Amino acid sequence: MRIALFATCLADTMFPAAAKATVLLLERLGHEVVFPEAQTCCGQMHINTGYQKEALPLVRRYVRTFEPYDVIVAPSGSCTGSIRHQHKTVANAAGDKGLAAGAEEVAGRTYELSELLVDVLKVEDVGAYYPHRVTYHPTCHSLRMLRVGDRPLRLLRRVRGLDLVELPAAEQCCGFGGTFAVKNADTSTAMLADKMRHVLDTGADVCTAGDTSCLMHIGGGLSRLRTGVTTVHLAEILASTEKA
Amino acid sequence: MTFLGMPLAHAPRGVGHLRGDEPFPRAARTALANPQLRRNVQHATTTIRGKSGRVIAELPDWQDLRAAGSALKAYTMANLPRLLEQLEAKVTEAGGVVHWAADAAEANRIVTGLVRATGEQRVLKIKSMATQEIGLNEALADAGITPVETDLAELIVQLGDDKPSHILVPAIHRNRSEIREIFLRAMPGVDPALTDDPPVLAAAARRYLRETFLTTKVAVSGANFGIAETGTLTVVESEGNGRMCLTLPDTLITVMGIEKVVPTWQDLEVFLQLLPRASTGERMNPYTSMWQGVTPGDGPQSFHLVLLDNGRSAVLADEVGRSALHCIRCSACLNVCPVYERTGGHAYGSVYPGPIGAVLSPQLTGVEDNASLPYASSLCGACFDACPVKIDIPSILVHLRNQVPHPAAEKAVMAAAAYTMDRPRLYARAQRAAKFTKLVGKRGRGLPPPLNGWSAARDLPTPPPESFRDWWRSR
Repeated sequence: MRIALFATCLADTMFPAAAKATVLLLERLGHEVVFPEAQTCCGQMHINTGYQKEALPLVRRYVRTFEPYDVIVAPSGSCTGSIRHQHKTVANAAGDKGLAAGAEEVAGRTYELSELLVDVLKVEDVGAYYPHRVTYHPTCHSLRMLRVGDRPLRLLRRVRGLDLVELPAAEQCCGFGGTFAVKNADTSTAMLADKMRHVLDTGADVCTAGDTSCLMHIGGGLSRLRTGVTTVHLAEILASTEKA
Repeated sequence: MTFLGMPLAHAPRGVGHLRGDEPFPRAARTALANPQLRRNVQHATTTIRGKSGRVIAELPDWQDLRAAGSALKAYTMANLPRLLEQLEAKVTEAGGVVHWAADAAEANRIVTGLVRATGEQRVLKIKSMATQEIGLNEALADAGITPVETDLAELIVQLGDDKPSHILVPAIHRNRSEIREIFLRAMPGVDPALTDDPPVLAAAARRYLRETFLTTKVAVSGANFGIAETGTLTVVESEGNGRMCLTLPDTLITVMGIEKVVPTWQDLEVFLQLLPRASTGERMNPYTSMWQGVTPGDGPQSFHLVLLDNGRSAVLADEVGRSALHCIRCSACLNVCPVYERTGGHAYGSVYPGPIGAVLSPQLTGVEDNASLPYASSLCGACFDACPVKIDIPSILVHLRNQVPHPAAEKAVMAAAAYTMDRPRLYARAQRAAKFTKLVGKRGRGLPPPLNGWSAARDLPTPPPESFRDWWRSR
């Protein structure tokens, strides 16, 4: 299958390993991956901070860039959530009915990585090998906007060598929330403290999730405290094999 | 804001409790630094959350009930003027008197005038969000009338000279030893040997309140529902204090927000299932009191209904924001909110705390007066899932963020980011420059404001040697 990758601006810029892993994983599974270079950002940060008008060109850019593709994947629950639930609203608010229709269509063909694997490509065992003790944090937008449910866990359970441990109070937000972490830094830190305590309680050496944004937040805290626990995107675990 | 050419007023300043003294992030800092408060709130919300989750799981048709509740509220809002006039006609027919209050000041004036006309100096209060919203207790006190809160938690708040911090459990921020101290200090005729055993505390309150019930001739209540079809007012509660207030006095005055009207008697079938399970985690609330106007020889012989707008019409005019008026004040969104759990209710400033407060208060006052509240959420969405009438709180929060006046520096940064992100080549150059953020300090420590909040507790990721885009090109 020919799959267009929406890398997301955060992975593209700060966490390329997650986007690279998505490419390598899908190629290993026998699919062709394309990266339309006109892509940049889905506009979620602007939309959620109250800059819907400024986000309009970014929504338009996303829709125009990905319109030609039948299947689009993003290694992010949050960006996929924004594309699926906000792009149409932004277009409608600007009175652009054509864009709204296009946004809805392209959103219908945009999948978060675990959705693509389980629902579209019908694969749970991706042939990965990852000999670590891992706990999974279900990010809020994967969980409640996309309802990915246990898809990521089903994928992780089939990874050889991986010891999956359940995260207590997993469904509680880690406190990132985009600009929330800056505007309400103290509250965000209090939420992060509880999330880190739960991660440490599992005894895992890796905390994984489907969003680089939440992982940047959790990982930033775990690093500051010198816990030795690292954060790794789900795609990187699924892309790992005994060879690499 | 205008609607069909009519200017729509927000809740006026200087009266009531819809505005805090300081913005949310600053108020939250005080709460976050209080470990006792955080323990109290966390313990209480976790307990209610568990209880509510268990009784909701018993109902196979919970999702259908939510959908029905949501549809009924949407219908009500679309037909509000007609339903309110129908309610007025039915209440009047049944011997009640209906008053229309455009705002908090007018409602306070009406209630104070009605109490004065009875010649009484003291009124019973049933826990009511509407009267807290308009600051009725202060208005009564200014008129020389003593309001006595009869709900146990509301009484604790009143005696402690405190503010409510939760819609359902206003004293959620207090534990039993704090409550004992408040009673010893402020409850008339309290036994000085009072312990902090919950039954002992409840008995002390009961002794004090019973005496008050039997000697007070006027009561003020709110209403959970006002049925347009029959003119029936409804109050649901757990302690029986409401039943006392609604039956013992000679005069009953009910202050009801205009959004509390429901079309028909049968609609309660839906709401009386949704409310207790989402709210207290009970299958049915212990007391459901319903009355129509006046019944000769039985109960209050004088009944007044005050219909309160106080910004609600302005909320109704906003297509996205109006569903905040669907709220049935169950407080499920507070109990699941990770922000509320850590900051408690006072940080929100308004009597409506938590996620629903963050969408309701700014709309009632106008967003300028509660500009920080739409941002008091990580948009995790737990509130939307928990809401028994399916209010999409995260979407309303995002919608309101668009109406808030933005700081100039932030505006400039966001505009520059959008400009860059709409130009892939410029964007790629900016990505390459991101490598130099390494120079700002070890793992981003000591970033300048407003980013210092991030760097205080989190390291920044090490910028990668090349962006994904560059890697892709060089493949």
